[in-house]
Amino acid sequence: MDFLVSHFAEILFYILAALAVLGSIGVITLKNPVHAALSLLGTFFIVAVLFVLQHAEFLAAVQVMVYAGGIMVLFLFVIMLVSVKGLKTQAAFLSPLIPVAVIGAILVGALIASAVLLGVFATGNAGPEALQMVDGEILGNTEAVGMVLYTKYLVPFEVVSVVLLVAMIGAIVFGRKDRFIGEHEGEVGS
Amino acid sequence: MPEPILQLLLIPLIKIVVLLVVVLLIVAYLTYAERKILAYMQVRLGPNRVGPKGWLQPVADGLKLFVKEDLVPGGAEKLVFMIAPAIVMVPALVMFAVIPFGEPFQIAGMTVTPYLADINIALLFILGVSSLGVFGIILGGWSSNNKFSLMGGLRSAAQMVSYEIPMGFAVASAVLMAGTLSMVGIVEAQRAAHIWFFLPGILGFGIYWVCGVAETNRNPFDLPEAEAELVAGFHTEYSGMKFALFYLAEYANMMIVSAMAVVLFCGGWLPPFPNLLAGLWALPVLAWIPGAFWFLAKMSFFLFCYIWFRGTFPRYRFDQLMNVGWKWLFPLSLANVMLVALGVLLLKG
Repeated sequence: MDFLVSHFAEILFYILAALAVLGSIGVITLKNPVHAALSLLGTFFIVAVLFVLQHAEFLAAVQVMVYAGGIMVLFLFVIMLVSVKGLKTQAAFLSPLIPVAVIGAILVGALIASAVLLGVFATGNAGPEALQMVDGEILGNTEAVGMVLYTKYLVPFEVVSVVLLVAMIGAIVFGRKDRFIGEHEGEVGS
Repeated sequence: MPEPILQLLLIPLIKIVVLLVVVLLIVAYLTYAERKILAYMQVRLGPNRVGPKGWLQPVADGLKLFVKEDLVPGGAEKLVFMIAPAIVMVPALVMFAVIPFGEPFQIAGMTVTPYLADINIALLFILGVSSLGVFGIILGGWSSNNKFSLMGGLRSAAQMVSYEIPMGFAVASAVLMAGTLSMVGIVEAQRAAHIWFFLPGILGFGIYWVCGVAETNRNPFDLPEAEAELVAGFHTEYSGMKFALFYLAEYANMMIVSAMAVVLFCGGWLPPFPNLLAGLWALPVLAWIPGAFWFLAKMSFFLFCYIWFRGTFPRYRFDQLMNVGWKWLFPLSLANVMLVALGVLLLKG
């Protein structure tokens, strides 16, 4: 009982981490795309809870808000493009991906190894308030993220927003096939 | 029982039970109020058979829905069909955890807070959790294997995703004025400013309320369940208790939107007219009225507005709905945030 109480956060972390891993395995192995998307939603939700465990409440809320909207669009694509009846007979698309998975595992392993060697994880013992500090004062995660984002990382932040804007305009341009493709290929049936 | 366990587990558990019971009771009688008020607006009597003046009608409805046969359509995606009502209902109830119904008070030497949690991201929590509810609606519509359900679900998704954006900006204008994301902090900021935020933020308040009505799929924005076109929309194939969950979640969401309007723009649990009647509120008789009374009174007003709208406005067409959302509310809310930010900057330095 004492062990449970004193290590509650750690135990919770490992349970949630295991669930998150299970959820992400579900995303790539479930045959029904809607189930896979639901699994993805669950995984993101658990990651948000992991953020809360690290006292990063703002990140947790933003995680849920941003990804909930993102997966919503994914759902719409699935519903628009896949019919329910065709799902049952669809073969698992996992086997051709095994070489890709091996390469991916090697790359992720190399990434983790280099992170460990460079000491990225060495600051892990900074205490529960590390993500809530503004100028050495505990104000809260929202303030801390805002302060860092709009002072220290202002230029990368603005650059990223321009990149996102470009991607958005690009999507709209590609979506308007009547003006840009239609000129060369005539009417595109829809 | 040792003290910390009492503090950590027992008191929150009691609060959760009380909160759930009260919320579900209000939800049940909100359906009764809606039928009664609509009836009077249409010069009818409304439910008047079960109990005196129909007071027991919600109980009878609940019993009926419990014992009804629970149908699952043949071609339905069973698992998703089963969990969709839960995905709608759970977020609707979870959001009540951060709604402050009143100010902390003393009882038997203990300080009791009439809310479950005062977290510093309460508003983001509500916005995030509320965005999960739409999944239940679209999944319910999709898994029913019914054209009308699917259309209703898709409409609902488009509508809720569109109106979430101006709503977020309207909420942001109140946050700018308060300088905090905590619900309790926002009410305290209105007490300190001696003014409710709907006066300086009248535009934001209006946008918030329109978007709030649209987010809950209520008249005049109830296209996802437009009965003339879609039978009953996303819950066409649902029956019994699963249908009841969709139905209750809609009313719980109405309560959340009303409670948010009260907290963000109408001073939460503070008594009305803080400036004009400051001397009056100092009177011991009136000061004795608990804050929760004012909170519930204001919330009831907004809930009445919901029903009033339903009795008054015709339904939008879908293209009109999208035009209002994207061409009017979105630019207006963006301009409003900039105006409020400028005002806050000039006034507070």
